[in-house]
Amino acid sequence: MKMRIVGDVSGLPDHEFGLKSIVWWGLLGFMAIESMGFVLAVGAYLYIRSINDSWPFPPDQPPMLLPGIITTILLLASEVLNRWTAHRARAYDERGVKLGVMGMIAAGVIIIVSRFFELPNLHTRWDVNAYGSVTWLLMFLHTLHIITDWADTGVLGGWLFTHKMEPTQYSEVYDNCGYWTFVVVSWLPIWALVYFAPRFM
Amino acid sequence: MGMPRRVYTYPSGMGWEPYNQLSTLGGVLLFFSVLIFVINVLVSLRRGMTAGDNPWDSGTLEWATTSPPKPYNFAFTPVVDSREPLWEHREVLPVMEGLSTAKREVLTTSPSEAEPISRQASPEPSIWPFLSAIATTIVLLGTIFSEWALVWGALPLGVVLTGWFWPTRPRAGGEAQ
Repeated sequence: MKMRIVGDVSGLPDHEFGLKSIVWWGLLGFMAIESMGFVLAVGAYLYIRSINDSWPFPPDQPPMLLPGIITTILLLASEVLNRWTAHRARAYDERGVKLGVMGMIAAGVIIIVSRFFELPNLHTRWDVNAYGSVTWLLMFLHTLHIITDWADTGVLGGWLFTHKMEPTQYSEVYDNCGYWTFVVVSWLPIWALVYFAPRFM
Repeated sequence: MGMPRRVYTYPSGMGWEPYNQLSTLGGVLLFFSVLIFVINVLVSLRRGMTAGDNPWDSGTLEWATTSPPKPYNFAFTPVVDSREPLWEHREVLPVMEGLSTAKREVLTTSPSEAEPISRQASPEPSIWPFLSAIATTIVLLGTIFSEWALVWGALPLGVVLTGWFWPTRPRAGGEAQ
């Protein structure tokens, strides 16, 4: 079939943000899959809770509140820096983006340290009974998300310095910030469940 | 309910006979239809008319390419402005130029109006996805034997994923890598 050229797309940008970016949609799909993992774990938690009279199983104590509160505050605080970084990315502010990503890497270290104060204070072992297993399942899942996102922020952040910044990098940083928001938001229901269900439910 | 696999018959008197017979009949019918298909293939192979690019005068885009299609399908991105673009443009297909021929790119568009938005880079061929698959396999097999495989196996997995995503853009110093 003969063809007639009616337009030229070479002037279009090689990246976009948010709804217009195909990578952003991919990230959204990824978060949907991850969310389903969380939903299944939460469902398992609630189910096991519903078929047991005591929660936690004696003689276990509920998790110690303070480490969980500290982690939650740190996560919420990191979200402020995270949103600022995303904002700087959309503004193509190279200095701001580099600063923000470095800040997020540091914030990640602090949060991971805080998380490792939570784990010994859950007052249960993962292999001792169903309560312990499902509590650790929730904590493990979320900790895995913190560590993987921190690691990829680290790699991404390193490349901001070793390689030339091109416009697509701002979109990458923006998407990376979107994923951290997911990590923060998904923690809130898990926090409520792990720390408060053994006390009030 | 439920028919176990690889059972060709049942003991008599279970009440399955009519259904089994119907199923056998269906099998025979299927045999003859495939036979006709095979005969059609053989006859067409020897003395059939060569089908053109769009033998049915179909209106949808997949018929705009040559038969057999080129490996790249379309050298240019077709412009679609109706449900049956080939009926709207019977002789000459309107197309857009401008996607890179030096590297892999795809055109992204708005979801419903399909207005071109950006040129999204696609990855070049690389060995890293294969290595990532191997690393993932090792992690998953390892967890059969020890839960710590998840922890230690994550390290090589992280290495190959980093290799996969390694930037192709120039180094920060300015000179190309």
